[in-house]
Amino acid sequence: MAARTSVMAAPATATAPRAPFWTMRRRDALAGYLFVAPQLIGVALFVLMPLALVAWYSLHEWNVLAGSFDYVGDGNYRVLLEDPELPGVLGATALFSIGLVVLNLSLALLLAVLLNQRLRGMTVFRALFFSPVVVSLVAWTIVWGFLLQKDGGINGILAVFGVTGPNWLRGETTAMLSVIVVQVFKNVGLNMVLFLAALQTVPRDLYEAARIEGAGRVAQFRRITLPLISPTILLTSIITIVGSLQVFAQIAVLTQGGPGISTTVLVYYLYQQAFQFHAFGYGSALAVLLFAIVAVLTFAQWQLRRRWVFHEG
Amino acid sequence: MTLGRRIFAVAAAGLLAAAAFGAPARAEGIALRMTVWTGNKAHLQLLDGIAAAYRKDHSEVASVTFETLPFDGYTTALTTQIAGGNAPDLAWIFENSAPDFVSSGVLLPLQDILRATPGYGYDDLLPSATALWRRDDVLYAYPFSTSPFGVFVNLDLVKQAGVTPPAERIAAGTWSWDNAVADAAAVHAKTGKAGLVVRDFDYKLWDNLATIWNGWGAAPWSADGKACGFDQPAMAEAMRFLHKAVFTDQALPGPGAPADFFAGDAAMTITQISRAALLKDGAFAWDLVPLPKGPAGEYAVIGQAGIGVFKAGANAQAAASFLAFLSNPENSAKLAQFFPPPRKSQLVVDLLAKANPMLKPAQIEAVVVRGIEIGAVKPSHTGNAQIAQVVRAGLDSLWRPDADIDAALQAVCGRIRPLLAR
Repeated sequence: MAARTSVMAAPATATAPRAPFWTMRRRDALAGYLFVAPQLIGVALFVLMPLALVAWYSLHEWNVLAGSFDYVGDGNYRVLLEDPELPGVLGATALFSIGLVVLNLSLALLLAVLLNQRLRGMTVFRALFFSPVVVSLVAWTIVWGFLLQKDGGINGILAVFGVTGPNWLRGETTAMLSVIVVQVFKNVGLNMVLFLAALQTVPRDLYEAARIEGAGRVAQFRRITLPLISPTILLTSIITIVGSLQVFAQIAVLTQGGPGISTTVLVYYLYQQAFQFHAFGYGSALAVLLFAIVAVLTFAQWQLRRRWVFHEG
Repeated sequence: MTLGRRIFAVAAAGLLAAAAFGAPARAEGIALRMTVWTGNKAHLQLLDGIAAAYRKDHSEVASVTFETLPFDGYTTALTTQIAGGNAPDLAWIFENSAPDFVSSGVLLPLQDILRATPGYGYDDLLPSATALWRRDDVLYAYPFSTSPFGVFVNLDLVKQAGVTPPAERIAAGTWSWDNAVADAAAVHAKTGKAGLVVRDFDYKLWDNLATIWNGWGAAPWSADGKACGFDQPAMAEAMRFLHKAVFTDQALPGPGAPADFFAGDAAMTITQISRAALLKDGAFAWDLVPLPKGPAGEYAVIGQAGIGVFKAGANAQAAASFLAFLSNPENSAKLAQFFPPPRKSQLVVDLLAKANPMLKPAQIEAVVVRGIEIGAVKPSHTGNAQIAQVVRAGLDSLWRPDADIDAALQAVCGRIRPLLAR
């Protein structure tokens, strides 16, 4: 026993005392990991894992009702290429996104410029235009649904001026226009606030110098304001485009994809395939397509920023 | 070191606590859950009462919950529960998705359990009522409600407009679609309220239109489900009639202009007797009459919900035994107040009149008993959701004043043919 103890003890005395495992660095690292753990676990569980699973599901034919889950390889992607409805769906998605981005950004910028004046009571107007952002999306959409009915509030107002309004949600053009406008009014406040913040960072002396040089208001806006807030324009356009591709509740509440399939955007089509037609595999393939589209668009915008974003030049 | 340990200890304790609280509490006994479309208090009270009686004799069942899912999107909500591994023990299933559920294999075969229940009287079930829910003589759901469609009439509005009440038209033998639409248009013109509303249709759930086009002998597809019926002459004629009634005569409210009969906003509505529960407050005088005669003569349409048991559930046997109780002769007679039973012995006027004090015997005779006798079930097909959606999208081009009706109907056929052939 004693011999063994001495043998055991010998190396310890021979070398320097072993450094404790919990060094300051490691302790800090552990604390750091523990602090980010809840968020990390959440993201892994509810974002990364579903993402991987969707890709996995897209290689299967999964009929919920029948309980069948069969590997079909690229079968769902072949269906995707031949799906007669898909061109119409992608067209509707593009129309919605372009309409939304153009209308949202120009209106947000216009509002921001107007509300950037130093006038009394301006904060009231800012709050007013921002307030729809904090309203529940579905409640907002349902109220608009009532307003847009044939005998609803919008046509009631139009009738006062002797105009017979269309049946907004039942005509193909007006239905798409309606969902775009409803969405623009809901979220324009957010972009407006971002633009307002950007406008206030533009140094006043630049405008003064421009005035002295004889630049008019339009020239000032084009040559000074726009370039200086271009990073914000990039940010808002990415957010808005990505957001526009995810639109669902408005479509589900207002038009259910109709009339015809004129407002059946990709996410709504995906929902129909997976949850209504029980084709979860094909629905997953559509989700992968959506992911690819969002990724490509975001990447393209990021690449393009060097061309037109001021600070990146 | 202490900091690291402390953090670790706190995290571990937190995880343990979460695990402890997260573990499901073991309930004493079986908890059964059934999804239903109705949120109506009278319907749910009746169901709860039957469940309470069952639990008295079955101590192993701790609770029976009736979970209301909204009518619009009911089947989607139900299949989403199944997809999420959270299928109910029992579910009310609409006739339009019957072929999908019956052929899917998710439902527990019921005939042996029902036959073995003492006093059940399995052979009392009408073969015509169980047809939709059977496959190769295996019964996959109990045809809980075999409910003919009728026309509820707001007698106050009819009187106000000076229109002949439908009951008088029936007596005179003039209760036809032409007259019904003319009367509805007159009510709309004189009172500003809606004339006739096909309840739950709203220019989306088009299978409810069977209550109209069956009068022309039209059908969305052939009896074997293979051939499209939308481009057939009878269907085209029925749709031309309906289109004129909506857009020219304004006898039916157009798209995007909803009107609720039970709130007093319409003179007539086509729906099932279960909706009579919505009339309880007696805000207006009303009547219930059969569907008007169409060019093809007298006809009736039946909506038929079934109740199925999901076989994958841990409590499938207990659920089936509850279903046997829910549908035994005694409870079936009680449920007859809202949901006409599929039992031959109970489809008699006296019994139904006793069960449903809101309806007069003559109304029951004309709408319910006669309706079940001659009625055809609303259309259904495998792959229902997709067909329903494609037809809905196709018919949208029909619901506008300047529609090319024949072209729209042919386009519908072009779209659903591949789906029907599946």
